[in-house]
Amino acid sequence: MKTGRFWAWVVFILGAAYFFIPLIATAEFSMRMRRGAYSFDAYQIVLGDARFQATFMYSVVAAIFTIILGVLVVVPAAYWIRLRLPQLRPIVEFITLLPLVIPAIVIVFGYIRMYGSNSPLPFLANDTATNALLVIGYATLSLPYMYRAVDTGLRTIDVRTLTEAAQILGAGWSTIITRVILPNVLIAVLSGAFLTFAIVIGEFTMASLLNRPAFGPYLQNIGANRAYEPAALAIIAFAITWGCMSLIQILSRFAPKSANRPN
Amino acid sequence: MAEPFLSIQHVRKSFGATTVVEDFNLDVAPGEFVSFLGPSGCGKTTVLRMVAGFEEPSAGKIVVGGKDITRLKPNQRNVGMVFQAYALFPNLTVAQNIGFGLKVAGMSKPAIDSRVAEMLDIIKLPQMADRYPYQLSGGQQQRIALARAIAPKPKLLLLDEPLSALDAKVRVSLREEIRSIQKKLGITTIFVTHDQEEALSISDRIAVMYGGRAEQVGTPFEIYNRPATKFVANFVGTLNVLEGKVTDAASGKVQVNSQEVSLKGKLNGSKSGDTLSLALRPEAISLGRQPGHDASLSGEIAEVHFLGSVIRVRVGIGGNTVSLDTFNNSTTPPPVVGDKADISFSSGDMLVLH
Repeated sequence: MKTGRFWAWVVFILGAAYFFIPLIATAEFSMRMRRGAYSFDAYQIVLGDARFQATFMYSVVAAIFTIILGVLVVVPAAYWIRLRLPQLRPIVEFITLLPLVIPAIVIVFGYIRMYGSNSPLPFLANDTATNALLVIGYATLSLPYMYRAVDTGLRTIDVRTLTEAAQILGAGWSTIITRVILPNVLIAVLSGAFLTFAIVIGEFTMASLLNRPAFGPYLQNIGANRAYEPAALAIIAFAITWGCMSLIQILSRFAPKSANRPN
Repeated sequence: MAEPFLSIQHVRKSFGATTVVEDFNLDVAPGEFVSFLGPSGCGKTTVLRMVAGFEEPSAGKIVVGGKDITRLKPNQRNVGMVFQAYALFPNLTVAQNIGFGLKVAGMSKPAIDSRVAEMLDIIKLPQMADRYPYQLSGGQQQRIALARAIAPKPKLLLLDEPLSALDAKVRVSLREEIRSIQKKLGITTIFVTHDQEEALSISDRIAVMYGGRAEQVGTPFEIYNRPATKFVANFVGTLNVLEGKVTDAASGKVQVNSQEVSLKGKLNGSKSGDTLSLALRPEAISLGRQPGHDASLSGEIAEVHFLGSVIRVRVGIGGNTVSLDTFNNSTTPPPVVGDKADISFSSGDMLVLH
């Protein structure tokens, strides 16, 4: 028993070291900008850079629109599949997994060919339309995470009976989705939303090839030309991602508890 | 019957090639409490769901208060429903759950609050308004579900096995409460159950269903004492079935295991030589020859089960076994297995099953 515990600790320590040592090294390096002393100079430069603020805000706004689009598409779709078309679930699950299999660069080249200025849908003709295309692309990239999060949330409630209970009380579809289904899967939707946020903030390929001033291309640009700032940016990006994950954990405590289990 | 409030006319429901309800007909009077009783898969819930609007009949029509509602959506029917799985909205408090239908109907907040308070009083849970469903027991949740269903004053109340998920004690008390609330409000109610005791105890009438059809519709007394078919007789209550052969149709003589019993006036349509299934309820049979019983059979005690206040005895008569219950008497020892015994009954209590 004691030997087993010893080896368990060895494996745990090795795993933790594999994860934390590069992180600590990056953090330590990011603070060595000033010779002979630790400082937050690299962070000050990065956070004070107008391009950082502009690209970060651009990506935050893009992430918010991506989340809205994702929720509008995924929640009704996942709900309807659970309620009326369960036989389609394997097909839809497969489709939502495609963005993990098809590289973003392939998708974005497809966009460029399909939606050029001569296309009937000229998304690339002006900045606003290109921004919209970028959001659509991000929603596609985040589909595997958003769909799974929402579907898992729907699995925890009795979708059919709750829908029927609301219907028989006079509710129409919009009332059912907004007042019965969405509040009960809100935490799952938020989980999907934070994962989407984390993906969009760091995304490079689509933003770069569509020539959008997003945070991902800025990260790449800084990484190619500076020494300490990329390390600081990596730590900032890591903190944002972990902040999102922590929020998911905190919010999940407020999830409505299922009362559909007979006592 | 006066003008029916609910009329289900020649309703059929098929899912693909499978027909689950076949030519179902039922008229329900205003304020009546009718139970659909039957085994799993008999179509009782499907009929209820067609009345609710969750399933569309393949044929036939459903009329409520003189209006054909067959093609109306569930939210246009003004029907209340209580589900087996409670189906309370987990994100809403008890008061919000009860007020849901009222809010959807566009009632003002003071009117909703007043009606919710009234409902909480009716179900005797006035202190629970601010609780969430997960903070309530199963029985309390189902009471709230009932209050939520009747709060919008529906024309018709549908109860889909509302007591199945509850423990035995709560089930009995809640069914009495449901019946008392239903009587008080005078709301026409359809109650689906597979529990015969439940159906017999609270219904004005029962529709016993089998294979998608209503085998018999009648009062609990009629269903129990005068079952129309073999299925109804077997499904409702405990029944002893004996095979008999008509020896003299004119005088009603039937031979059961080489012993003769007289069933005068009960053999309508049977001819001498016909074989019949005869049925007797355990409570109609006495051990020994009793005064007032005009028929008797002899056999041997096969089993004795002491159940406290009652002793269940099984008597072997030829190839048949007959069950009967006798009250426990502290001065009389129970019968002994292997002893010879006579059983007696009134031939009027014997049912001829068709």
